[in-house]
Amino acid sequence: MTASTAPTGVPADAAPVAARPGRPHRATPVRRAARGSSRPRRSVLLTLTTGIVLVYSLVPLAWLLINATKTQSSLFGSFGLWFSGDFALFSNLAQTLTYDDGIFVRWLGNTLLYVVAGAGGATALAVIGGYGLAKFSFPGKRGVFAVVIGAVAVPGTALAVPTFLMFSRMGLTNTPWSVIIPSLISPFGLYLMWTFAAEAIPTELLEAARMDGASEWRTFFRISLPLLAPGIVTVLLFTMVATWNNYFLPLIMLRDPDWYPLTLGLNAWNAQATTAGGEAIFNLVITGALLTILPLIAAFLLLQRYWQSGLAAGSVKE
Amino acid sequence: MAQAVVVAVPPTSGSGRTRRRSWTGWGFVGPFMAVFGLVFLAPIAYSLYLSLFRQQLVGGNAFVGLENFQRALGDPNLWEGFFRVALFLAVQVPIMLGIALLVALALDGGRLYGTAFFRISIFLPYAVPAVVATLMWGFMYGTRFGLVGNINDAFGIAMPDPLSSELVLASIGNIVTWEFVGYNMLIFYSALRVIPASLYEAAEIDGAGQWRVITAIKLPAIRGALVIATIFSIIGSFQLFSEPVILQQLAPNAISTDYTPNLYAYSLSFSGQQYNYSATVAIIMGLLTMLVAYLVQLRGMRKEA
Repeated sequence: MTASTAPTGVPADAAPVAARPGRPHRATPVRRAARGSSRPRRSVLLTLTTGIVLVYSLVPLAWLLINATKTQSSLFGSFGLWFSGDFALFSNLAQTLTYDDGIFVRWLGNTLLYVVAGAGGATALAVIGGYGLAKFSFPGKRGVFAVVIGAVAVPGTALAVPTFLMFSRMGLTNTPWSVIIPSLISPFGLYLMWTFAAEAIPTELLEAARMDGASEWRTFFRISLPLLAPGIVTVLLFTMVATWNNYFLPLIMLRDPDWYPLTLGLNAWNAQATTAGGEAIFNLVITGALLTILPLIAAFLLLQRYWQSGLAAGSVKE
Repeated sequence: MAQAVVVAVPPTSGSGRTRRRSWTGWGFVGPFMAVFGLVFLAPIAYSLYLSLFRQQLVGGNAFVGLENFQRALGDPNLWEGFFRVALFLAVQVPIMLGIALLVALALDGGRLYGTAFFRISIFLPYAVPAVVATLMWGFMYGTRFGLVGNINDAFGIAMPDPLSSELVLASIGNIVTWEFVGYNMLIFYSALRVIPASLYEAAEIDGAGQWRVITAIKLPAIRGALVIATIFSIIGSFQLFSEPVILQQLAPNAISTDYTPNLYAYSLSFSGQQYNYSATVAIIMGLLTMLVAYLVQLRGMRKEA
């Protein structure tokens, strides 16, 4: 870190903004305005130092993008971080989507099903649950908190093996249900919605609606839900990542490749090269990997404004 | 909105009492808890049950009390894996959280060019599935068409093989760090952004330098976020599974089927059909995870006092 620079002069207009009493409800913009006054000089050295982490984060993604343009033969023996040989991106894409009767498209469809049903359901349950915890007192509330927080620490396998045995008795293994049902619970989502709802919905507003004789669910849908939007987007994105990226759960639950999600399918393609008589299709693994990550990266980039404010609000209570 | 102004005026002293006795909240929390019971509580109860029995060749399940636990406590395969993830935890988690914290502080300090670009780019790997991250890094580690091979060719050197049994744990640590550094950075950054401005003004009046602001204001203010990130990282380390299981294809000799406790429990169940013992291993790991997470939380809280 470079030596601390003396703060530049404080403009007069910064004072009244910052002097507002009490903690501002939306702390970020207020503080940003106040701090803009004494914003330290930008540092090239610090930018370059942080740039190392930036390069570290982006190089593998660049590697993936570059190598998705190579044929399988030029994958070997060419420098990994630059283009080489024929520009094969489009033929790779076509091959990825059509290989083995278009099994990749089937896997993409499965992933979408698991994400829509799993992440959508998990978000819905977390939103109403978090709202209920934030805005109602009811018998057993402390117990709910303790149980949910305790459960976060339970390792995946502790649940996976018995869940698998339970589901196989119920005849659910090797069906989409076996992946969707366990995805419906997101303790982190519940926690985030809880803190978010406590901040974002004034209790007086709910009291008012009750006085007007609105039912609790009507109040929830008409008044609370719109106020919860940034939190909902945040939870939706994080549960989407969790279900889109899930590997362990489908690995144990599914045997039939027709029900595989993308993660499992890609790994099966990669393993194909090492199995006896299997055809090596590394160019398809790489192109398929690129196709797998693009939707989530696009979602995060496009919805930045929402989930970043959702996260900020969620961290207020920590 | 107008309704709120009108009705919020009378103090609703009675509402507190009625709300306390009301079961209405269960209408909202109930659905979550019902599914939670099915996919969390029931499996936990079931694995406790399983851990007390043993599948026998003749006669089905036999109650064996704590025999499975006795076996697990003396099982070198389990403890080797446990100490491996403990080593991983002790090295990887501080490195990852340290980098995340430094980047978050750098971004929050407002001294960088292109802050928004930094923030989103460093976060992006979080959106990459562990499978894809491991395949990608696995290719890059490779000496055939990987970057390591490229570098060896270019400089005529022989770098140590990242997938050798000595280095593979560090290579896994690198993959996990790559995946989660941005996520943790964002958690810290979000916490930093909501520090009340008044604290900074007080520091400014006192003439505190940047370093002093960081140690006296910023770090104490985000202690909650630090503790939570540490606990989540501990849980994640103890559950290490996807990265080693996928790298196993590339490094079958370096990564055994009991490389991590999670991998061991998985192999016991799905290759060995030893469901009862597998459940026991999973319960022991769950208890150890909770114990360590609890100790970290205690330590985090004590510092606060």
